[in-house]
Amino acid sequence: MREVVAAVQDPELPVVTIEQLGILRDVRVDDGGHVTVDITPTYSGCPAMDAIRADIESALAEYGIHSVDVLTVLAPAWTTDWITPDGRAALQDHGIAPPGPAAHGTVTALTLSVRCPHCGSPDTRELSRFGSTACKALWVCRSCQEPFDHMKAL
Amino acid sequence: MTGLQPQPYALALGDDALVLAQRLGEWVARAPELEEDVALANIALDLLGQARTLLTYAGELEGAGRDEDALAYWRDDRDFRNVLLVELPGGDFAQTMARQLVFAAYQYELYDRLRAGADETLAAVAGKAVKEVHYHRDHATQWVLRLGDGTDESRRRMVAALDAVWPYADELFEPFDGAGVDPAGLREPWTAYVGSVLAEAGLAVPEPDGRRSGGRRGLHTEHLGYLLAEMQHLHRSHPGATW
Repeated sequence: MREVVAAVQDPELPVVTIEQLGILRDVRVDDGGHVTVDITPTYSGCPAMDAIRADIESALAEYGIHSVDVLTVLAPAWTTDWITPDGRAALQDHGIAPPGPAAHGTVTALTLSVRCPHCGSPDTRELSRFGSTACKALWVCRSCQEPFDHMKAL
Repeated sequence: MTGLQPQPYALALGDDALVLAQRLGEWVARAPELEEDVALANIALDLLGQARTLLTYAGELEGAGRDEDALAYWRDDRDFRNVLLVELPGGDFAQTMARQLVFAAYQYELYDRLRAGADETLAAVAGKAVKEVHYHRDHATQWVLRLGDGTDESRRRMVAALDAVWPYADELFEPFDGAGVDPAGLREPWTAYVGSVLAEAGLAVPEPDGRRSGGRRGLHTEHLGYLLAEMQHLHRSHPGATW
């Protein structure tokens, strides 16, 4: 059951699944076959949550399960540290520089250089702290001149 | 101070976030550069997400069957409990950044304490939002430094912007019956943070003649009515419409 839900892709980052991103928190099946899925948003206002909810329901429906609740849980708060190693590799392969380790507490860690996902150069700079989605920033590589998305450590 | 009353408190914090989200959204396609369109829209989206959870919770606690949409779209200005600061028009970009600094620095200290609070839902919202607001505060800080320590024109605008928003800062720290975090306790860390940014930018802390408040009691500036008219018009014209 969990595998069915875990295979659902993120609608805005369709190269990774919701499990690889750490959005999927729990899947429970009760004795009557009712399925409860817990998901957590990356950001409070992440507009992909509704699409994810619908995708989970349709994935389970294809599997013949129609009695489903998808619950949004806020605590503990999502962190990029929950992105799995294969999730990071998938992001990297698709031109999105994966996040570094998140700061603990509320102190921001020293920013290590972000490696260009295209040519691998560490000689990159931030163009904009905010990018195409809430979870990304826009960077550019000084070596190959290509702009790229960087998933912000959170 | 009385004990925690989560309903009025969630409503007030939700209204703060909702109204500021609406104000920031006004910048989309008008900001000085494309990156700021994106940045301000992102910040607005974070605030809107916070507002949705807080207003949903306020509606549940009220027990009158009002959901987030009913609270956002079907209340008039006298029923909103946001501070006046967030309803002020955006002004020029400097004024928007001055407000962002004042408000994000306040919201950061607030959420940082609220996440350890007794109310589980408020703590969960705060634990999530504090990370977002940390980023908002950082964004505003960078702009206040750049504008304050920039050209003569940018500095002139930043000084005017701070003068414009400062009379509204005190309201953030006024007593609030039922608050999850005593607002008065936020003033010192807020002052320390904002003061250090202004000092680094070479800007003086404004000393306003007067101070304005009343938002928490539903006594708003005329600006809120216009904001709500724009925000609520579609929903009231087509009740229940979805897309």
